[in-house]
Amino acid sequence: MNIHEYQAKELLKDFGVPVPEGAVAATPDEARAIAESLGGPVVVKAQVHAGGRGKAGGIKLAGDPDEAEKVASEILGMRLVTAQSGAEGKLVRKVLVERATQIERELYAAVVLDRTRECLTVMASPEGGMEIEEVARTHPERIFTTHVLPGAQLWPFQGRGLMLACGLDARTAARAAAVLKSMVALAWEKEATLVEVNPLVVDSSGQLVALDAKMNFDDSALFRHPEIAALADPEEADPLEREAAAMGLNYVRLGGNVGTMVNGAGLAMATMDVIKMAGAEPANFLDVGGGASEEMITKGFEIILSDPNVKAILINIFGGILRCDVLARGVVAAAGRLEVSLPMVVRLEGTNVEEGRRILAESGLKFDVAASMAEAAAKIARLVGGK
Amino acid sequence: MSILVDENTRVVVQGLTGREGRFHAEQMMKYGTKVVAGVTPGKGGAEVLGVDVYDSVAEAVEATGANCSIVFVPAPFAADAACEAADAGVRLVVVITEHIPVRDMLMLKSFFRARGTLLVGPNCPGVISPGKCKVGIMPGYIHRPGTVGVISRSGTLTYEVVHQLSAAGLGQSTCIGIGGDPVIGLDFVELLKMFADDPQTEAVCLIGEIGGDAEERAAEVVARGYPKPVFGFVAGLSAPPGKRMGHAGAIISGGKGRAEDKLKAMEAAGIKVIRELGRFGEIVAETLRKK
Repeated sequence: MNIHEYQAKELLKDFGVPVPEGAVAATPDEARAIAESLGGPVVVKAQVHAGGRGKAGGIKLAGDPDEAEKVASEILGMRLVTAQSGAEGKLVRKVLVERATQIERELYAAVVLDRTRECLTVMASPEGGMEIEEVARTHPERIFTTHVLPGAQLWPFQGRGLMLACGLDARTAARAAAVLKSMVALAWEKEATLVEVNPLVVDSSGQLVALDAKMNFDDSALFRHPEIAALADPEEADPLEREAAAMGLNYVRLGGNVGTMVNGAGLAMATMDVIKMAGAEPANFLDVGGGASEEMITKGFEIILSDPNVKAILINIFGGILRCDVLARGVVAAAGRLEVSLPMVVRLEGTNVEEGRRILAESGLKFDVAASMAEAAAKIARLVGGK
Repeated sequence: MSILVDENTRVVVQGLTGREGRFHAEQMMKYGTKVVAGVTPGKGGAEVLGVDVYDSVAEAVEATGANCSIVFVPAPFAADAACEAADAGVRLVVVITEHIPVRDMLMLKSFFRARGTLLVGPNCPGVISPGKCKVGIMPGYIHRPGTVGVISRSGTLTYEVVHQLSAAGLGQSTCIGIGGDPVIGLDFVELLKMFADDPQTEAVCLIGEIGGDAEERAAEVVARGYPKPVFGFVAGLSAPPGKRMGHAGAIISGGKGRAEDKLKAMEAAGIKVIRELGRFGEIVAETLRKK
């Protein structure tokens, strides 16, 4: 689960990491009031779950409260299209207004859950403010890392070592090491998979400030962190993805026009791939679960049909413990009840497959039954005018 | 031979009194697996499917000589249950449960390492050595005893591949679903080594997906010289970056974990990459015939 910058900064503050003074505003008036109370120049920052906001015009400097109100009115309500937002962009509903920081130096600092090493990996780089993926590609030697075993703390010497490598003097490095230690403590305690501060700034008085922050939390651990779960912003998710999640379905919207419904995540991905190889574009990833019930299939149809781009549907079910005849009855009942009028290709395999195929064929509905995944993909590509 | 499980595997089912545990325990028994005990704290003394239920794994092991556990316990308690099994001295623990917090998995893995216990999963279909023993939730009937080893990160995708192998006349020595989570037990690398030493296994199929670097590390093992033919498939060529594709571990992040890079690493290592899933079984059979 992702959270907003202003929420991440509040968490950092709770763990003793200095952040710029500021507050969040939903209207230009509120932005003005915050700027007035802070006094002096402020930065107005769009709060959306997508990086690259600065380049897209979502972050602006304002010299006084009048200007803060003006730039807030420009940013609020805009659709911010950034390198990470997708073509539709993200609607800005809130801005963070904070005191402008006198930047002496910008660093990169992050704590990530390292799935390969099975520990937390702490990363630092003197190339603050750049995307770390870009630094990794162009200057991998300028990223320094150290590791923290499960449940352990980051020792001050580890943090100092990283920061000395980044070129800080010993005194500033010790202060920065304390920031890293707090970030590690936060990651363990709140079960974050990413705590990123970019840039971590040394200001004109030699103090450290977390100027921007990004966090990601383990969805499976939210049950023991209600305070983190409460930070979720449902507005940030695609409306269809949100609806699917509420129904307990794994759905990801993609750009194409072939709706897919599959049982099992791996098979669902492989099904998208064969559609693409056949020259068509999948409209979605949809996993109705390893043991798809009639209820799940009905919900799956509802989600797929709400996407106006969908011109045809491919259903790929591997009946295991759950038998194909049961699944076929589910598909027929759901398609009949929802009066699905789009062409559908169904590929069934597994237990009682003959009976399942017979049920589909005799249903009177417009199912085109395919015997293999390759055949199903070719049929669906022809239906939507692929090659 | 085969790896991990065989005729001598004696299984304790943790969560036998639950709906899932009971259903799959019955399926395993029908397949011929020796299910010798169940464990549910607080339900010791009960009997399910003719099997005695104990309050702790230690008691179950003591009474029945169980040497393998399968865990159907809900996510918040699953890591604790698995560690209890490791502490009781079983050799292999198979965790079916999905949505176990990653921090629990990290703690669990250091606990397992200290005891030398083997882990399969979590969030996986389990392990089967066809004709001998099934410790998992996969449909038994699609498997045939034979000489191909299968290692996969997915559930139904594994069934698809196994079904095709069986249809092409290729039986399997052991099939392992290693799980779709970011932090898992036995992975491609460790299982490739076990299959290399298994006389029954003549070829290995690796079924990967986007996210992490498990496929790249497997490719390194094969590149250093592997004694048996290896076949590879990776799901998610069309997956967009930054989106979780169902499995918690299936996400392309920071430009890493892409299917295309995995396939390239596999090809460079001498793994026979099969891009057309629909022809997987057929291509493996053809290739092995030519050898």
